[in-house]
Amino acid sequence: MRALKFLLQKELRQISRDKAVFRILFIMPMIQLLILPLAADYEIKNINLGVVDHDHTEYSRKLINKITSSGYFRLKDYSASFQQGLHAIELDKTDLILEIPSQFERSLVKENQSTLFVAVNAINGVKAGLGGAYIQGIIQDYNQDVRMQWIQYPRFNPQPTIEVTSSDWYNPNMNYRVFMVPGILVMLVTMIGSSFAANNIVREKEMGTIEQINVSPIKKTQFILGKLIPFWMLALTVLTMGLIIARLVYGIVPLGHYITIYIFASIYLLAILGLGLLMSTYAQTQQQSMLVSFFVTMIFNLLSGLYTPIESMPAWAQMITRFNPVSYFIEVMRMVMLKGSGLSDIKYQIFALLGFAIFFNGWAILNYRKRS
Amino acid sequence: MKQFFIFVKKEWLHIWRDKRTLFILIWMPIVQILLYGFALTNEVKNSKIAIFDEAKDEASTTISQEISASRYFSLLKNVDSYKEIEATFRQGKIRLAVVFPRGFRNDLLHTNHAQIQLIADASDPNTANMLTNYATSIINDYQQSINQNEKLPYTIKTQVRMLYNPELKGAYNFVPGVMALVLMLVCAMMTSISIVREKEMGTMEVILVSPLKPFRIIIAKTIPYLLVSMLNIASILLLSVYALDVPIRGNFGLLIGESILFTITSLSLGILISNTAKTQQTAQFTSLMSLFLPTLLFSGFLFPIENMPIALQVISNIVPAKWYYIIVKDVMIKGLGFGAVWKETMILIVMTLALLGISIRNFKIRLA
Amino acid sequence: MQKEKVITANELTKRFGTFTAVDKITFEVDKGEIFGFLGANGAGKTTAMRMLCGLSLPTSGLATVAGYDVYKQNELIKKNIGYMSQKFSLYEDLTVRENIQFYGGIYGLTDERIKEKTDLLLKQLQLEEAGKKLVRALPLGWKQKLAFSIAIVHDPAIVFLDEPTGGVDPITRREFWSLIYEASERGITIFVTTHYMDEAEYCDRVSIMVDGRIDALDSPANLMRDYAANSMDEVFLHLARKAVRSE
Repeated sequence: MRALKFLLQKELRQISRDKAVFRILFIMPMIQLLILPLAADYEIKNINLGVVDHDHTEYSRKLINKITSSGYFRLKDYSASFQQGLHAIELDKTDLILEIPSQFERSLVKENQSTLFVAVNAINGVKAGLGGAYIQGIIQDYNQDVRMQWIQYPRFNPQPTIEVTSSDWYNPNMNYRVFMVPGILVMLVTMIGSSFAANNIVREKEMGTIEQINVSPIKKTQFILGKLIPFWMLALTVLTMGLIIARLVYGIVPLGHYITIYIFASIYLLAILGLGLLMSTYAQTQQQSMLVSFFVTMIFNLLSGLYTPIESMPAWAQMITRFNPVSYFIEVMRMVMLKGSGLSDIKYQIFALLGFAIFFNGWAILNYRKRS
Repeated sequence: MKQFFIFVKKEWLHIWRDKRTLFILIWMPIVQILLYGFALTNEVKNSKIAIFDEAKDEASTTISQEISASRYFSLLKNVDSYKEIEATFRQGKIRLAVVFPRGFRNDLLHTNHAQIQLIADASDPNTANMLTNYATSIINDYQQSINQNEKLPYTIKTQVRMLYNPELKGAYNFVPGVMALVLMLVCAMMTSISIVREKEMGTMEVILVSPLKPFRIIIAKTIPYLLVSMLNIASILLLSVYALDVPIRGNFGLLIGESILFTITSLSLGILISNTAKTQQTAQFTSLMSLFLPTLLFSGFLFPIENMPIALQVISNIVPAKWYYIIVKDVMIKGLGFGAVWKETMILIVMTLALLGISIRNFKIRLA
Repeated sequence: MQKEKVITANELTKRFGTFTAVDKITFEVDKGEIFGFLGANGAGKTTAMRMLCGLSLPTSGLATVAGYDVYKQNELIKKNIGYMSQKFSLYEDLTVRENIQFYGGIYGLTDERIKEKTDLLLKQLQLEEAGKKLVRALPLGWKQKLAFSIAIVHDPAIVFLDEPTGGVDPITRREFWSLIYEASERGITIFVTTHYMDEAEYCDRVSIMVDGRIDALDSPANLMRDYAANSMDEVFLHLARKAVRSE
């Protein structure tokens, strides 16, 4: 095991001297962590509204007012015809058009009902869905206002009404940053863990120093540990820095324990580094290794539930995520940070990741041959 | 000129003979389009929920069934206490819990007023909102159904029409973005790696000593990738239309033209990166950090640009993918013509020229 | 008295698919010899050496190195040999001292021994001031000599050198060979491949490989006599004329 000490010494020296590495490993993730959460806000707000008002009465204006003062919508276009209003949607000036027919107020009074038309740019389904729901909600509210104004309601409501109260647990401010930052941390640590480690080994292959190792009495396991351990420590360091930034800059403090995060992260890193190692045993050139690890990492990231919910995926895709270590970590990060989950809550994920770690590292060790 | 073509041929052979890389270059985009096209969506469906029914009467059971039957929800389990709700949330198993108080139906019929509580896991606020909205509208439907005879006076009805994507399919929003992402990545990363590899191995110097102008060398390097990219554009479009059911409502030729333009922009970006990176590793990581993430973030398909702080919105303007994404949406999904996208097209053209200009200038200096 | 055989090979063969890189070679190397393994590019020298070093599994045939069997006792062999590849395999981003320390360490030298060796090596190579310099900064000739010294830092029984003198001027090559002589005098057996025929004359015995086979095996003097040649170059040309393979 003494050989291991020398291997580690060499690795750490090399890493500490590589300026590009330093930049990539520490500065870039920090920048990402500072910019990404600012960008990653899915909240539906600032919906651009276009209005086509054929009625031009006090009531149509009141309606428009109510909508614009709700805070969800910004009035960006006021057109004379639906065609014009549609044009604004085409150019993405507006997301949604409200068309108030002429005789709106009159129909309401005379015929007891009136119809409004809403056209929504539905390319973004969630935005359209929520935008549509919001505006319908406001219209209904307005409807109630109008009724209250025009008729005297009996004190006792003649109709059965179900009142729906909703509570939002775990993220009462509905802040997307709280949701995204843990996930972004995971993504950064993962990229560093797997791609970087894989690349490092293939670089030694390309430079020929690996041959020197192969011809020496160093055992396979020692060599692999000698690569695993430094990167493991490095990734945990990045994680720590990330958590500090999350706390200082975003005020995100885990509801659960930091220890839980670290325990899980350690196991996770073993798995993800193992994957990187495995990939490196198959690649001959850095270009290959970079390509493969890049695409694998991308697939893992995009399909991890970080950006889009796993439940929205088709069944076969959800099955795939079960084989994606990243999705487990994202899940766990969110659970521990936002819901205060503890070790017992995540034991399924821990076992899964242990499984991955053993599988990847085992395969890597078997596959790595000192003699070809 | 002839020298130029010889050079192009050499570059082509490099790619052609590295079968592994070629394989990846052609298949990866296909795999990605399929994967992301199908899997990346924020449509809400089959969200796991729990129901805490203290009433267990006809009304609560009916509403529970309606909710469970909806395609938005999938009942994971019935629970018996708030504590259980809490635990289930903490285990990450459900997104929404529906609570019916004791005597629900009685209250409803005799006092005309009953409550249902919806508890949403607001970790993901949008999903929480959507689920709450859907559940509420199902409950409202039930309320309507028992109110059939009464009609409220002065009713304002709202007809909502969903344009371009009536079924609210996630693919219509994401696929154009994935197209941008994949194209950008393949082009830019590959050129930068290839050029830097030659630098690292020292063959670059040999080439530069040859009578061919440096600028032409660079262009010659990118031409094979342009060809591969066209293949990619074709496969991406085919898959989008036939596998992902995303229509091409606008002019097909326009779409191809814009895609080629975007490819050239991405290649120019690749050249710029290759000028600044000294090793392959740096090239890869620079590509990753300055291409993948910005494209992901600022193209607009994953995160809404309008929500970002102004500073970031400004930055998003220099990300080529943002403009291409708009163009693809406009042409493919909205079916608009060149008149709608000429501005974005001009921007891409200007970007390309600027990138190439900077690269050429840098390249001459850089070789020290 | 029978000289101890540190390397034996019997019909050693390596095939890659249908291509036979090394074709039933048979030879022996005595302890303390400087044994040259000559041949044109592509003749199979490096492949043969890699089999002896344990980097490549033979297809058939037998071989022992330092008394150990290459098939079954591979790891034991590695403890007793040194190796210097064509690329020198030094860590460019580590200093001279750090490289020595690393390789000394992984070959099991104690810390005191490592210190001893480091001081000795630096003195011997006249690199005392360069001890803290990154290897990357050294000129090619120094790198070469350093790589060789590191290859024998653990005083192995045999050291394998794969085309060690590529790309340096003749004077540097001579200096390199004096290092080799020194090592040989200490009892280390030298197994060196090269395609420089003039270096052949520095060896005790040489073998010439052509198309994967050993076509000649003897001392340079004897070979020149047998082939009525004035230099090893001529001997080689004579043999290589019938070669089918190159690169």
